[in-house]
Amino acid sequence: MTAAFTSATADKAARPSRRRTLAGWFLLPATAVLVVFFFYPLAAIVWQSFTQPSYGVGHYLALLNDGVSTTVLLRTLRTALVVSTCTLFIAYPFAYAMTKVAPRARGVLMLLVLLPFWTSVMARNYAWYLLEQRDGVIERLFSAIGFDGVVLLGTVTGVTVAMVQVMLPFMVLPLYSSMSSIDRRLLDAAVSLGASPYRALRTVYLPLSLPGVVSGCSLVFIMTLGFFVTPALLGSPQESLISQVIQTRVSSLLDFPGGGALGTVLLVVTLVLLFAVSRISRPTAGLSKVVDGA
Amino acid sequence: MNKSGHGITISSVTKVFGGLQRPAVDNVSLTIAPGEFMTFLGPSGSGKTTMLSMIAGITSLTTGSICVDGQDISPLKPHKRNLGVVFQQYALFPHMSVAKNIAYPLQQRGMAKKDIAAKVDEALELVHLRDCADRLPRQLSGGQQQRVALARAVVYQPRALLMDEPLGALDKRLRDQLQREIARMHRELGMTFIFVTHDQHEALTLSDRIAVFNEGRIEQVGTPAELYEHPATLFVAQFLGESNTFSGPDRTGSVVVVRPERLDLHPHGSSIPPGHNSLEATVTNIVYVGNHHQVGLHFADNTQGTAMRLAGTPVPAMPGETVTVSWHPDHQAVVPDPAAAAAETEPSGQSDTPRLTQPAI
Amino acid sequence: MPSQSLSDKRLGWGLRVWVAVVAAVLLAPTLVVIPMSFSASETFQFPPHKWSWRWYEEFFSSPKWTDSLLTSVQVGLMVAVIATVLGVAAAFGLDRTRWRARGAVRSAMMAPMIVPGIVVAIAIYGVFLRWQLNGTLLGFVLAHTVLAVPFVVTSMQTSLAGYDRTMETASASLGAGWVTTFLRVTLPQVLPGIGSGLVFAFVTSLDEVVIALFLQTPDIRTMPVQMYDSITAEIDPTIGAASSLIMVATTVVLLVPLLVRRAPRRSQRS
Repeated sequence: MTAAFTSATADKAARPSRRRTLAGWFLLPATAVLVVFFFYPLAAIVWQSFTQPSYGVGHYLALLNDGVSTTVLLRTLRTALVVSTCTLFIAYPFAYAMTKVAPRARGVLMLLVLLPFWTSVMARNYAWYLLEQRDGVIERLFSAIGFDGVVLLGTVTGVTVAMVQVMLPFMVLPLYSSMSSIDRRLLDAAVSLGASPYRALRTVYLPLSLPGVVSGCSLVFIMTLGFFVTPALLGSPQESLISQVIQTRVSSLLDFPGGGALGTVLLVVTLVLLFAVSRISRPTAGLSKVVDGA
Repeated sequence: MNKSGHGITISSVTKVFGGLQRPAVDNVSLTIAPGEFMTFLGPSGSGKTTMLSMIAGITSLTTGSICVDGQDISPLKPHKRNLGVVFQQYALFPHMSVAKNIAYPLQQRGMAKKDIAAKVDEALELVHLRDCADRLPRQLSGGQQQRVALARAVVYQPRALLMDEPLGALDKRLRDQLQREIARMHRELGMTFIFVTHDQHEALTLSDRIAVFNEGRIEQVGTPAELYEHPATLFVAQFLGESNTFSGPDRTGSVVVVRPERLDLHPHGSSIPPGHNSLEATVTNIVYVGNHHQVGLHFADNTQGTAMRLAGTPVPAMPGETVTVSWHPDHQAVVPDPAAAAAETEPSGQSDTPRLTQPAI
Repeated sequence: MPSQSLSDKRLGWGLRVWVAVVAAVLLAPTLVVIPMSFSASETFQFPPHKWSWRWYEEFFSSPKWTDSLLTSVQVGLMVAVIATVLGVAAAFGLDRTRWRARGAVRSAMMAPMIVPGIVVAIAIYGVFLRWQLNGTLLGFVLAHTVLAVPFVVTSMQTSLAGYDRTMETASASLGAGWVTTFLRVTLPQVLPGIGSGLVFAFVTSLDEVVIALFLQTPDIRTMPVQMYDSITAEIDPTIGAASSLIMVATTVVLLVPLLVRRAPRRSQRS
């Protein structure tokens, strides 16, 4: 204990290894809690999907052949793609503006991003329920401009619209963090070399902001894939997304192995995506930005 | 590459930044000859960089005009000006290879791929970096990066090359080496160069002419020798090299400036060369700095000064002893006393080189 | 180089409008719940035709709402304390070990942030059924602690990254023992990190709904679950009052540390 708090020499080799081992003990409580109440349950659910009621990949074959699960998975992937694209399109200019304005204005914009992020998820989804319901604000706005019967509640579109708003902070923050590390003098250089301002942005700024784009998109994509509350409240059972199906199987049918198999598929898709983008950026770093920003 | 330089005329240019009292650049006029190596020298905040960035078009003018070959470029967008700019922190595009960086301005001008390759090759040859064509900027040393920046800024034969403290981020050895390369490029390309620096040695070594900036104005323009031997103002005298200043007793409002290497030291009481001005001083210390001795002097009027004795020449006094200091009036410059000038009204237009009419002491 | 054009600080008109629209999209939808909470109607009719305080009265008098609020606050406070202790210790551990496995441990700590919530929920539900932890306060606390630890660790890491450990050597060289050094040098400097970790952990638990939906029983449920049910199972406009209260509360809880942290910086500048 003593050593853990007093050692501060720059020379690692000179430090007795015992001190470092002692510091390692600090990791133990959190690790133990995570192993018992997070990793073990995850492993158990994956294990069950292969072993109950009998060993094999029966549940996975069933998912492939039941005609519904693959449709749901594809619909979920498509929704996640649409949400990430829309969020990127909306967030990019906003994040760009954040890097340009004076510090005080930047603080205000940051607060605008963070406040809804920390506002109760239930409150935000309730708000979207109110806006999207029959005879709600959105339907009335659309009928005012001549489109009758636009009820988003109970549709994938309704889920998408709400998700875009819910996910915006997760796109803005990684983008902002990536953009703020770009040296704006490079744009002066590009222009001095004969590039028009538009071309300077396209050939210099855009490529340099790509890590933020990848980080933000993968983060939003992954979070949308596994998001439950918005589809459950604003979507419909007829057009359900994967998280709704998992919930129904486990909660109503107590089909742990079957729901677990779907969950495993979702988990694997998530991990594969994470791995695929890990060479360019860490989406968890994007998440950390959200915490740091506050 | 072609050998045609372009002349640049700066007429009454002023720049006022919002919220600041004093203009960053205050009514500056200057003519730069075709093919000339012009240096803007001055301390930070003197307006030299702002002046450069106004020529480049990165900063707008408040009033005045800037002409290249008689054509007013101030209404032109920066990317239409066809000037090369080298930035202090290189400003190389980190996501492009060295060759792509150099090709960038050529692509903006819609040059054919084949011609671009040839031009890039030629530019890489000019800065001796052919082996580094496919590397990324971060894989290069600071000196190499700045050479890439130079190649990128001249590859499209701009009408002039503007450099903003290009050597500021480098260590001394690299700085000397790049100075020589820049001088060589200037000879080979025949282009008009404008070079911004706060380093007097750099300015003296490289320039055809130097414009000394102070508080947004140009104090003096001239060749390195003119500025060093005949500074027009006390600021120029003190900013370029070391100098001893004496107040002139019979000419109030002026100061006499003599360079340390122009001071002769004589044993106290010995005769001085005819026609020389002289003063009594006490030697405070003697410092050996390799090729010469630096002799600290304390004059009777309580001012401090320095004299220089080449190594091998004996110093005629020990610290604490009194010496006679003398110099020939041709080696002194008489400049207006800024304290007196401030007491009067606005400083009037200063004459080029003051000619001394009488010994000041 | 003082500059204009592309490196200018000013925004073009197009960008200004865009920022305003995005800001509105971020904020406005959520704000509809506040007028909604003052509706007099039994339905989710929006905008309301008549106004009243009845849903606030309902919120504070109906046992199902007060009980769920109490549960949420209890769980939240316990999670805040436990997750902060675990997370702060873990962040120190990560900061001061040089193991090769350190990166892996760090990733493992962050995993609950990235694994889809629904998967975590069914996994925990599965084992908690066996361990008879579902429908217990302890069950909620443990599940939420797992989710909150990464937030604490992240917030602490930010704090530790800006902390110069040579100060500990300095303190020791000035004759302070490790307890004094920790209490008077280390702790004060990482206190903001601990504070925001505490807040994040509390808010994370207070806001969590997916796992809580699985772990709930008719006897014990958290407030987000009650809100969820008031949309899906019953049409209960009390959710408007609940949403507004929780929004005001979280905003205050989040803004206070923000303002406290910003304040000294501002005074330094002036």
